[in-house]
Amino acid sequence: MRHNGRFGTFGGFYVPEVLIGALEEIEQAFDRWRDDSQFCQELEALSRHYAGRPTPLYYARRFSDQVGCRVYLKREDLLHGGAHKVNNTLGQGLLAKYMGKTRLIAETGAGQHGLATAMIGALFGMETKIFMGTTDVARQNVNVHKMRLCGAEVIPVEGGTGTLKDAINDALRYWTAHVEDTFYLFGTAGGPHPYPMIVRHFQTPIGHEARQQCIDQVGRLPDVVAACVGGGSNAIGIFSAFLDDAEVRLVGVEGGGRGLESGQHCATLVAGSVGILHGAQTYVLQDAHGQIRETESISAGLDYPGVGPEHAHLKETGRAEYVCADDESVLDAFALLIRTEGIIPALESSHALAWLMQQKGQLPPDAVVVVNLSGRGDKDVGIVESHRPLQ
Amino acid sequence: MSTYKETFRRLDRAALIPFFVIGDPDESRSFELVKAAIDAGADVLEMGIPFSDPIADGPTIQKADLRALAAGMTPSKALAFIHRVTDYRPIPIGLLVYYNLVWQYGVERFFKDFKAVGGSSVLVADLSIDDADEVIAPARAAGLETVFMVTPNTGSDRMRRIAERTTGFIYTVSTLGVTGARNRLSDTVKPLVARLKEVTGVPVCVGFGISSPEQAAEVATAGADGVIIGSRIVQIVEDHLNEPDRAVEEVARFIRQVREAL
Repeated sequence: MRHNGRFGTFGGFYVPEVLIGALEEIEQAFDRWRDDSQFCQELEALSRHYAGRPTPLYYARRFSDQVGCRVYLKREDLLHGGAHKVNNTLGQGLLAKYMGKTRLIAETGAGQHGLATAMIGALFGMETKIFMGTTDVARQNVNVHKMRLCGAEVIPVEGGTGTLKDAINDALRYWTAHVEDTFYLFGTAGGPHPYPMIVRHFQTPIGHEARQQCIDQVGRLPDVVAACVGGGSNAIGIFSAFLDDAEVRLVGVEGGGRGLESGQHCATLVAGSVGILHGAQTYVLQDAHGQIRETESISAGLDYPGVGPEHAHLKETGRAEYVCADDESVLDAFALLIRTEGIIPALESSHALAWLMQQKGQLPPDAVVVVNLSGRGDKDVGIVESHRPLQ
Repeated sequence: MSTYKETFRRLDRAALIPFFVIGDPDESRSFELVKAAIDAGADVLEMGIPFSDPIADGPTIQKADLRALAAGMTPSKALAFIHRVTDYRPIPIGLLVYYNLVWQYGVERFFKDFKAVGGSSVLVADLSIDDADEVIAPARAAGLETVFMVTPNTGSDRMRRIAERTTGFIYTVSTLGVTGARNRLSDTVKPLVARLKEVTGVPVCVGFGISSPEQAAEVATAGADGVIIGSRIVQIVEDHLNEPDRAVEEVARFIRQVREAL
């Protein structure tokens, strides 16, 4: 490897020897193409005309009235596929194409990354396999159907709790046996180097756009930038542009599940400890012996016991703060945004809104808060209905 | 305690190295299986501490890990288990472990404790030589050998770097992929062993996908100093979960067959 893949002491590439060659190949290709003018032009054109960038920054006036500060939503939910995931799958998919790979594999939790990969597989004519835990297949069956319509093969993974971590385990296993023609399109800013660096790179347009849009519309930088954190790709995408703006408070909101005290949550940075999982040294949810714990969240996309290593570093340095919101408060936020703005947020993104609702009265009324609305909630309507049926 | 050096020197054939997940399906049955393997002619033991997310292993060993964890196995209990084994017979024991378990235990303390129970070598499944300095010094300080993996897609320069850091034996992966029994052994083994022999005098043991006495013999003929058999044995355990005595008999019988084939 050319880089050590570290964010402070976090990150690295803790993987079996058999994967080193494949990771090196991706690292070299990324170094080779990331600033290549043809690659960048092609990605820029696809981002604009296929995915729908730039996305708007929208002042949510009626929602703002309810939470007592000025809330601007970065509308990643309007992107093709319904979430920020397409930023990364277009970038990595194009990289795979430039590398001459013919097959894509990916893991998925909520199905958003799986769908975004399946779309790109169809777009580039690549054979695509999506690994997805059986629990997630059951709770996100609309996305499963969409992936299949795109021509992807969805492989249900039974191990463990049948969620994202098990899907990653199996995708890594499959990759070790098929490294020669297969590109592993990793979905979040975690895992072994070079993925945290690559995923961050392809998600940075969120932050660059939001920063400029805020200056254009408000005349200054925001006071707070908030985003949900599972693996942390949408959050690092928006945080990255503000890291040097010391006056901007960065808040990552994790899944509080049924409450921290219940032990049933996925608040890795809030309640976890440092360890090694899926190739990276980072915060993980684990027992005293280092066995990885099972997680719980109403949102499949956050339901993961690890987190991207750069977030671990931002926590350690204090540059970003990490909090969590429990399932009930997330359902409240989901409902409030729809009722006040007519926007259906993903349950993942609703975590950031839920935190904001908890801040009522604590932020000055003229405080400007940019929330990354990372995805839309069409996929979650059934889950919400099962928790809170309409009268 | 007999060392790898003595063991490999003494044998005029390839060493037979069965792999067990410590505590699969539970502690007492696991111990009976290991004793039977020693009695049936194992020369070295490769033992794994169960981990919740074993990404370098295939589904057979993952299931064994989960069985052992469900039955209460922990890293501390695993070390005590190894002590019982080395008390039973002074056989070299190579440990296969995932880094998070060592990390949480404390790297230096873990290696010291493993040496104290009679362990010979450590192989950290998810640690490549690039980060190996984190374990090499404490392992050597504890008096342990350090085992690393070489795979069919490892380039020659890297192979040399791996060999330089390896003592004990090089764990050579017969084919791309994770652990698991395969029907046809890839013909990558012979050239791979030959390439390794050019760059190192450290014994070369081959594992991954060896599931029959014939394949074990084939690997030995290809020049391997040892044959590691994991998933096939773990599969026998899984196939006889309701008949513990039968599992012990079948494992012993299989090991005798391999031993004869070598």
